[in-house]
Amino acid sequence: MGQRETFRRVLHYIRKYWLYLTASIVMATVTVALTLYFPILTGRVIDLVLGPGQVDFGGVFAILKLMAVIAVATGLAQWVMNVCNNKMTYRIVQDIRNEAFQKIEILPLKYIDAHSYGEVVSRVIADVDQFADGLLMGFTQFFTGVITILGTLGFMLSVNVAVTGVVVLVTPLSFFVAGFIAKKTFTMFHLQSETRGEQTALIEEMVGNQKVVQAFSHEDEALDAFDEINGRLQDCSLRAIFFSSLTNPSTRFVNNLVYAGVAVVGAVYAVRGGISVGQLSCFLSYANQYTKPFNEISGVVTELQNALACAARIFALIEEEPQTPEPENAKTLKDVAGRVELSHVDFSYVPDKKLITDLNLAVKPGQRVAIVGPTGCGKTTVINLLMRFYDVNSGKICVDGADIREVTRKSLRENYGMVLQETWLKAGTIRDNIVMGRPGATEEEVIAAAKASHAHSFIKRLSKGYDTVIGEDGGSLSQGQKQLLCITRVMLCLPPMLILDEATSSIDTRTEIRIQKAFATMMQGRTSFIVAHRLSTIREADVILVMKDGNIIEQGNHETLLQKKGFYAKLYESQFAV
Amino acid sequence: MKKLLIYLKDYKKETVFAPLFKMLEATFELFVPLVMAAIIDRGIGQADTGYVLKMGGILVALGLIGLLCSITAQYFAAKAAVGFSTGLKHALFDHIQSLSFTEIDTLGTSTLITRMTSDVNQVQNGVNMVLRLFLRSPFIVFGAMIMAFTIDGKAAMIFVVTIPLLAVVVFGIMALTMPMYKKVQAGLDAVLGATRENLTGARVIRAFHKEEEETERFEEKNDVLTHLQLVVGRISALTNPVTYIIINAATILLLYTGAVRVDNGSITQGEVVALVNYMSQILVELIKLANLIITITKALACANRIEAVFEVESSMAWRDGASVEGAAAEEKRLTELDNAAAGDNRTGKNHGEHTDFAVVFDHVHLTYKGAGAESLSDIHIQVPKGQTVGIIGGTGSGKSSLVNMIPRFYDATAGTVRVDGRDVKTYGMEELREKIGIVLQKAVLFRGTIRDNLLWGNGSATDEELWEALRLAQAKEFVETKEGRLDAPVAQEGRNLSGGQRQRLTIARALVAKPEILILDDSASALDYATDAALRRALKELPGEPTVFIVSQRASSIRHADQIIVLEDGEMAGCGTHEELLADCEVYQEIYYSQFERQADGGR
Repeated sequence: MGQRETFRRVLHYIRKYWLYLTASIVMATVTVALTLYFPILTGRVIDLVLGPGQVDFGGVFAILKLMAVIAVATGLAQWVMNVCNNKMTYRIVQDIRNEAFQKIEILPLKYIDAHSYGEVVSRVIADVDQFADGLLMGFTQFFTGVITILGTLGFMLSVNVAVTGVVVLVTPLSFFVAGFIAKKTFTMFHLQSETRGEQTALIEEMVGNQKVVQAFSHEDEALDAFDEINGRLQDCSLRAIFFSSLTNPSTRFVNNLVYAGVAVVGAVYAVRGGISVGQLSCFLSYANQYTKPFNEISGVVTELQNALACAARIFALIEEEPQTPEPENAKTLKDVAGRVELSHVDFSYVPDKKLITDLNLAVKPGQRVAIVGPTGCGKTTVINLLMRFYDVNSGKICVDGADIREVTRKSLRENYGMVLQETWLKAGTIRDNIVMGRPGATEEEVIAAAKASHAHSFIKRLSKGYDTVIGEDGGSLSQGQKQLLCITRVMLCLPPMLILDEATSSIDTRTEIRIQKAFATMMQGRTSFIVAHRLSTIREADVILVMKDGNIIEQGNHETLLQKKGFYAKLYESQFAV
Repeated sequence: MKKLLIYLKDYKKETVFAPLFKMLEATFELFVPLVMAAIIDRGIGQADTGYVLKMGGILVALGLIGLLCSITAQYFAAKAAVGFSTGLKHALFDHIQSLSFTEIDTLGTSTLITRMTSDVNQVQNGVNMVLRLFLRSPFIVFGAMIMAFTIDGKAAMIFVVTIPLLAVVVFGIMALTMPMYKKVQAGLDAVLGATRENLTGARVIRAFHKEEEETERFEEKNDVLTHLQLVVGRISALTNPVTYIIINAATILLLYTGAVRVDNGSITQGEVVALVNYMSQILVELIKLANLIITITKALACANRIEAVFEVESSMAWRDGASVEGAAAEEKRLTELDNAAAGDNRTGKNHGEHTDFAVVFDHVHLTYKGAGAESLSDIHIQVPKGQTVGIIGGTGSGKSSLVNMIPRFYDATAGTVRVDGRDVKTYGMEELREKIGIVLQKAVLFRGTIRDNLLWGNGSATDEELWEALRLAQAKEFVETKEGRLDAPVAQEGRNLSGGQRQRLTIARALVAKPEILILDDSASALDYATDAALRRALKELPGEPTVFIVSQRASSIRHADQIIVLEDGEMAGCGTHEELLADCEVYQEIYYSQFERQADGGR
């Protein structure tokens, strides 16, 4: 997305709040104009205060009253501007976040699997924040900065051209100084952040794996390595911090030069009667203010660019292609018997790396299908296709004769009960997690499901039983306990088809055997797909699919496959080889 | 924060000079309005152009001196701040390494890492800013007031009233909003949590078609956050306008008082200009000060978190390697008692020739810190030297806890663990851990080369010894195929290697040390059965006949061990050889038959 395109999108979000934007711009203009007018009035008062007995109190009072009005008006305008900016900023942030989240819910799994969670989260959180800060704050700063500069120039020119000349000629110096320092320090900062990265990597390794470090009594070596980097970091940090901290004193010095220049030239003019003392004092306060917006603007430009870059990242997410929308006349699967057919299915995650080719399979209602094979052979892929997490490249998958691309996702998935190897629980109570598939379940039903999955006994022992709150992704529960909860979740809704992907991999073999019994009851009359590495759990399946490199190389039941003495037989033997 | 300040002690000079030079700079800045007043009153008043030029020169000179002071101050501040954080990080790293496993478990390594990195950076930043600004800003504020007094006492009274008023407004608003910002942060965390949850749980959420519900939940949270932000924003939006109005009201008052005082001849026109200038200097500094306070509050919060780490003391005291003779003698006596007791024990039955035990658990109990129940209860084992011990049990049965007590990663809550007849508490840390090679459950490798990683076991091992260890660990084959062989690069955490390769390398790393006691804590789980079997055969031939502990979930991995310990819920459910256990240990039978086909005639 080009910068212009990004900017267009940004305007699209702002448009909704154009009233606030207009108000903000108007108020900013008012604020700046009044702020600039104040020193002029101060100057006028000073001109009326010449010396003992030479004070025009009438004039002074009139101007002071005006000043009071202006001060209050400026304050009000500033406040309204701030409030408008806040409202606009936070509302836009809210809109963007909502939109980003809605997109996350309909992104194809392909996108989610291919991007690290941290990256997507940082787009929705950090990038949006930075965009708001940078763009909207930057915009107001830029805007007020420009008006201040123009206004100051106008006011100064109207008073005296020569003194204005001094200000205009000397001020750019501070630009050059700041730019020069920034350029010089860039490489130093770069070195600093590289070294810091090196140090963080070492800390992550050594602290993160502190147990191994201690087991090998490696503490001294680790500390030496740490100190070496620490020393280097000290050197380059000192240089980077020191040189970059020169910016402020240097620009302040330039500012002082401007001030001295105005003082001398202005005073000389005043001696000749060109300007009054009051006007000189007004000039001096302008000279003090004039360089500030310049310094701010140079900072704002980088901030704006940064903000646009952040915006581009968010918009890239928001504009990501969503999953294929459902056809308008999508059917709802009802009263599913559980007949599943895969015909001529081709699929691959990456276009030029074939994974599944010409997969054919017909499963009768109530049949038990086991999928076995070495790691990476495509077992989980089959499940991704059945659940329609991914769409087939060619061929089709039908449930009860209906192509799954022609039924609603909701009704398709409702008819599957799924337990995955990677247990996922949401933050909330144990009960919240169990009733996910059937929000209306009664207490008795929940407990019955938990008993069936052998989860009841451990839940009972938690501090608040079913109302125990667990953190994101299960928090303090063990892997095995999490898996039991995931099984309970499915036990509770009992849909007509089941998918068990290494569902008991983290449960010890004794408990597993007990759960297997529960599974067996559950699978009675339900079409089920089981992925497992423990062949003993698969033996009872009606159909065993033996997969290798994305293909089904053998198909049949346990006995016939063993007699074949093929790949399955070999796998089975290795289980018992001692 | 106080305790952290000792890391500034090597930078005393810098710590004093940085603010000092800043104050010098500020002092010169405070002279400027006075010079200006002189230009107006004498230069313009008496039409003395030469005087104006001279004073202009003084203004430039003041600026130049200010610049020099300021640069000096920045240098000292940077040096002190960077030196401070370098020392702090060193001490923190050292301290973390001194913590025992119990403390590492309670603190969690991820917090330790953030404290060592981003928290320390924040504190460094805070120290730097404090040295640079904390004295300067109040100095200018009060300096401006004092200078006003030197001009005119009566006009200066306006300063005396204005400054506290401004302080009340600025700090009052800050005090009001600070706790609200914490709430905003919490709101943001909730939004972040919901986002992450929907990514990690995408499959389950879609499988249960919860998309719409989740979107509603998110929008609710987002709305709460926005509302909070708007409320806080509305209050903090007051800061600038209110201070602006106060300062300008003061200026108006100042002008009025000035007019009166000029009229009766107390002060000059130029001095009124100077007074107004002092007022605007205060405004500038006050804004800086408010920003500084925010930086400082952040830095203080981070400093507290760092301090909290320093306050955690290792709960485990190690004896110095040398002074253990007395204790050793005492232990020897106890061992003899053990030996006598073991005479009629089953271990004695199997290995009658052993009179010396490598490892003894003497009625050991273990309760982890903060845990409600015991993780190990009354464990009593005696392992003769050279034996292979298998430990089996379900998840959470205490297998790892048991072996972790041998190298004293955790201390027994009751009972004693003895290695070579001596209580592990009487050993020096290195002395004990050099005897023991442990391969942890999580196969961790470090960035570097394969050689670097193996040398952790023994820094002076030769290449031959490394290859021998690799051969025994069944890793020789794949290392030979790697480009660079021993010098093949290993990425952080060993991410460029497969799980099985990592496990074999960690085993080799432990073997390089040629330990007397070798512990494999479920460290062959990623190996296929054939490799696992080959590994077990190789372990049997280990030179020096080490005592070997194998923890596993697989019955096949431990069935040939000399002694098998069966754990259930932290208690010993059985102990003996495979045949003995299969005959009379119910738990063992269940485990075994869950993995192996029951013989047709052996069924219950």
